[in-house]
Amino acid sequence: MSIFLDENTKVVYQGLTGSTGRYYGNLNKEYGTQVVAGTHPKKAGTDVDGVPIFASVAEAKAEVGANASCIFIPAPGVKGAVLEAAEAGMDLIVCITEGVPAHDEAEFYNILKRDFPDTRLLGPNCPGLISPGKANVGITAGHIAKAGGPVGIVSRSGTLTYQALYELQQKDIGVTTCVGIGGDPVPGTSFIDCLEAFEADPETKAVMMIGEIGGSAEEEAADFIKNHMTKPVSSYVAGVTAPPGKKMGHAGAIVSGGKGTAKAKMEALTDAGVKVGHNPTEAGELMVEIVANL
Amino acid sequence: MDLLEYQGKQFFATYGIPVSDGEACSDVDAAVAIADRVGYPVVVKAQVHTGGRGKAGGVKLAENADECREHASNILGLDIKGHIVEIIWIENASDIAEEYYASFTLDRSAKKHLGMLSAEGGVEIETVAEENPDAISKIHVDPAEGLSEADCRAWVEAANLNPDANDGAVDILMKLYDAYTKGDADLCEINPLILKPTGEVHALDAKVSLDGNAVFRHEDYAQFDATQPRDEREEAAHEKGLQYVGLDGSVGVIANGAGLAMSTVDVINQVGGEPANFLDIGGGANADVMAGALEVINNDPKVKSIFINIFGGITRGEEVANGIIEAMKRVDIDSPIVIRLDGTNAQEGREILQPALSDTLMMEPTMLDAARKAVELAS
Repeated sequence: MSIFLDENTKVVYQGLTGSTGRYYGNLNKEYGTQVVAGTHPKKAGTDVDGVPIFASVAEAKAEVGANASCIFIPAPGVKGAVLEAAEAGMDLIVCITEGVPAHDEAEFYNILKRDFPDTRLLGPNCPGLISPGKANVGITAGHIAKAGGPVGIVSRSGTLTYQALYELQQKDIGVTTCVGIGGDPVPGTSFIDCLEAFEADPETKAVMMIGEIGGSAEEEAADFIKNHMTKPVSSYVAGVTAPPGKKMGHAGAIVSGGKGTAKAKMEALTDAGVKVGHNPTEAGELMVEIVANL
Repeated sequence: MDLLEYQGKQFFATYGIPVSDGEACSDVDAAVAIADRVGYPVVVKAQVHTGGRGKAGGVKLAENADECREHASNILGLDIKGHIVEIIWIENASDIAEEYYASFTLDRSAKKHLGMLSAEGGVEIETVAEENPDAISKIHVDPAEGLSEADCRAWVEAANLNPDANDGAVDILMKLYDAYTKGDADLCEINPLILKPTGEVHALDAKVSLDGNAVFRHEDYAQFDATQPRDEREEAAHEKGLQYVGLDGSVGVIANGAGLAMSTVDVINQVGGEPANFLDIGGGANADVMAGALEVINNDPKVKSIFINIFGGITRGEEVANGIIEAMKRVDIDSPIVIRLDGTNAQEGREILQPALSDTLMMEPTMLDAARKAVELAS
């Protein structure tokens, strides 16, 4: 099985008419994802490479049965796009866009939690998710993922997510689902949400978790692993050598007031029984050991 | 974006928060003119992006024009923890009955806004949090609901300020929340928030950090960009729109994605090298972005080798390869380059690069191999 996304998910792309949306929409479609629609308020009735464009997410749901959305809208429009998708009743909203103001994120996160508790938001500023062999929503290169399991991946960083998929593929290890939760201060889906889903998924036997400096999400995940997980976890945390007080590319990747260091996160994870690697390759090797002993 | 105190006070003033009458300037004559206007005594305050200004002699009280002249000339040019004072703020001095602390920031763990208020002001809030955590009154505000005056009052009452300060504090904190949310701030801090002997509550200092992602709806924030603390290399990278952090080593780093860039810096350290910088060329990187990145790194005199680490997702391999080749044409690059290229269209990218490979442009199959090669070339 996979988590959050499979071959039955029907995805509408908000921003499919833009060059980035179109490029990745096509790649996702070629991968096998059910790319059923795009939206644009003024281009309803047209199509993008055969995919019909509707005026709204609600129309895409009514006309072609979309139940998930993927957002490639520029940052100023993201809040409106997320709320539109939630109001239209999407089960899953994947927001790829980076550069969304933190106050917008905090606001729509809490509106969704209050008014649309069954909607899962992933991102913003994330690469999306892939259930290899079934569907790929977002900007992950599908060919670097081996289908089948037994490993689930959750990561705060896009390129390190690809790195992890690649390391496992090199070792001939399959992946059930790989979720990029994104590097922003208020991610819609947390490490814990993914760990909980992987723990419940019978085909996922082990989890690889990739964190980075800033905030305390890794420490909270460590606490969850310690108390609620039976499946083994390997991990890598980026930014060991990051200087304090500097945003390292991601809005959320900052060590401030001595808090959020990679060292503290690695210690918390080690304490929780997680096998922690010192670079992505080492974390991959640790996962190979884990899989060999399953 | 971190604001200087005077910018923070001007920001507060636009939301109706009472601040002292004052003005910023960069020379002694102007300082005296400002002091004459706002009225003595005045406080002359160094405007730098660091704490501990008082201890370093960067904050002085002046009773008259001569003292103002003396302090202004001493403080301008002063080195405070490596920050040279170029701007001073002159304000009318306030009488203080009590000093408090107030702030709003985002609690990433709770995913809500966090207000903190303490009767123990004028000292670092981290110190209060450690030594006397009960002295901090906290409130979590749901961003979807906002802050009600009733909740704000309950929060203020729980802080055990002088009861005379409660009404004024509620008024200021409602305005501070407004400034924090409408102004898209990461942090709005008043330390100290003071109660004057006459009963008014007043913001005596301002520490404000604004969200760079929200600049699209605040055109006036462009003015704050000029006073951000950046070294020469960071300034050059910023002008090209690159995510760059300067470090002290000799291996230049270019990677796509913040996580991969951090990881590249980590791996260089692990194999015994010293990274010169963190540089994330981000998603959608093309020939122009790559050329700009190489130019910035090439201008760093400490750099002895350059490690380009690309894993293609949003960045396509052929774009990267073309970018490198184009950049090599535009810039006379002094240091050898080691490339590691994988992911989307990596094969196409490698094929483009193959004919250009030499003893100054190398390709390695893995991140660790490439890091080792780059470190070897730098030593």
